[in-house]
Amino acid sequence: MKKYISDFKVVENSRLTERLFLLKLEPADGTQIQEIHAGQFVEVRVDDEPKVFLRRPISVHRVDKEKNQLWLLVQIAGNGTRKLSELSTSDKLNLVYPLGNGFTLSKGKILLIGGGVGIAPLLETGAALKEVGAEVFFLLGARTATDLVELNLYQQIGTVYVTTEDGSRIEGLDCQKGFVTNHSVLQSGKFDGLKICGPMPMMKSVASLVKDWTEMQSKERFCEVSLENKMACGLGVCLCCVEDTKEGHKCVCSEGPVFDVKDLKW
Amino acid sequence: MSNLVTNIAGIEFKNPVLTASGTFGYGVEFADFIDLNRLGGFIVKGTTLHPRQGNAYPRLAETPSGMINAVGLQNKGVQYFIDHIYPQLKDYKTNVIVNLSGSCVEDYVTGAEMLNQLDKIPCIELNISCPNVKAGGMGFGTQPKMAEEVVNKVRAVYNKPIIVKLTPNVTSIAEIAKAVEAAGADSVSLINTVLAMAVDAEKQRPILSTVTGGMSGAAVKPIALRCVWQVYNAVQIPIIGLGGIMNATDAIEMMLCGARAIEVGTANFIDPAVTMSIIDGIDSYLERHGCKNVSEIVGALKI
Repeated sequence: MKKYISDFKVVENSRLTERLFLLKLEPADGTQIQEIHAGQFVEVRVDDEPKVFLRRPISVHRVDKEKNQLWLLVQIAGNGTRKLSELSTSDKLNLVYPLGNGFTLSKGKILLIGGGVGIAPLLETGAALKEVGAEVFFLLGARTATDLVELNLYQQIGTVYVTTEDGSRIEGLDCQKGFVTNHSVLQSGKFDGLKICGPMPMMKSVASLVKDWTEMQSKERFCEVSLENKMACGLGVCLCCVEDTKEGHKCVCSEGPVFDVKDLKW
Repeated sequence: MSNLVTNIAGIEFKNPVLTASGTFGYGVEFADFIDLNRLGGFIVKGTTLHPRQGNAYPRLAETPSGMINAVGLQNKGVQYFIDHIYPQLKDYKTNVIVNLSGSCVEDYVTGAEMLNQLDKIPCIELNISCPNVKAGGMGFGTQPKMAEEVVNKVRAVYNKPIIVKLTPNVTSIAEIAKAVEAAGADSVSLINTVLAMAVDAEKQRPILSTVTGGMSGAAVKPIALRCVWQVYNAVQIPIIGLGGIMNATDAIEMMLCGARAIEVGTANFIDPAVTMSIIDGIDSYLERHGCKNVSEIVGALKI
């Protein structure tokens, strides 16, 4: 896929929780957003922040084709993301995109498992899966109920299940206490595919839970995970973000960020 | 339009802007963003005789105005380059240069012999300055005797120009430059990354898997300028300057200190099209200063 360097304009910047904010962007020159696969990411240049030198890789949360908007759901993790959280409407933002491979899309019952800000790429992925005829389910985990944002948008795409570590509940949802691996839908459910994005321990524990499932052996790319190793270029040239796979070091930015869990040394 | 054509060791570069090894892949990764044929040349990633897996993750630490890497020359080896990469690159209308690295003299020699067969590669950049490879790389570039030996032996088997890439992690870079000049190097490129370290105070651990790594980016430019100036005053062979060049002004500063050409490295990560604006910026600088030829600013620093 051809990659672009483009200026975008901030249409909206809304703070959803203490640490999460949602940026809605549109191309500054009014042109159409280039095609982006679900699970791909953008590299955002952070200007006027001396402590930030490199671009910040951020997954694509949603592409609103009707409004020609690109949404980024971002968690404040350091100086770069803090600077982005302070952007105002009509500020410019320079993006390199689309980057990485994205999730594979197929029909059947697909469970999308997200934790923390890892839920971000799953909205676009759920929408893309639904478009190809999949039945979409979300299992979203958080420390506490108020950390779970935009649930109504996920519900428009598929059935939403939730876990909270503190046991706080969300009305109208199957909300269980603990980690995503404790939720009965994952433990009992029969799915044709899993897509996971979240903190490393979460992704590893789901991977280990499903390791012996027969589907893992019988289906290609049954369980896909999206990694977020620290990266610089985003283009597969600096070789900093490598993951040690069964076929050697692979660049998360260009050969990922989505990997078949069977290819990883987990 | 000023004349940007630059000559190094008999090789003509359409302009003095090259890209630095390890920051530009095999060039093709940037074809979406720039016309590779507009470059003076590009230097493909550090290649060793045998494939290397490189160091363990994490390999990156961001620093104020810079970054430290600990990649460790991950590459698929010279033969892979010849079989799979060279055919994709040979028809570009620019100078494609291979950066050759090694962990023993024999590996450099064998690698250079193999690369000598490639018609469309006009020269090699001999990397004796990688700080991320144990028992080699930078080891050759920190001692004049060893630098001399490796250049001498590669000189004997490689018939085209040899650029030797130098490390700043030495007491006197001028002394190393003189040693490789005496051993038959046609040009020197400098600087490779600056040996550095980053620490996570909360975890009380180093950030890089290898503890130390090589620093690059805007922060190292003053070190690079100093090194280029010192080497310019010590050797006759042409210098290719690199280290922290982020824009045309940085490139011009490097040339004023004595660099006949420059390499753009880490800046490619922040703006994949930066080389194009550097070429244009050099051109408009020359016009502004009434220079007909780019060579007029090389070493033109007024002291």
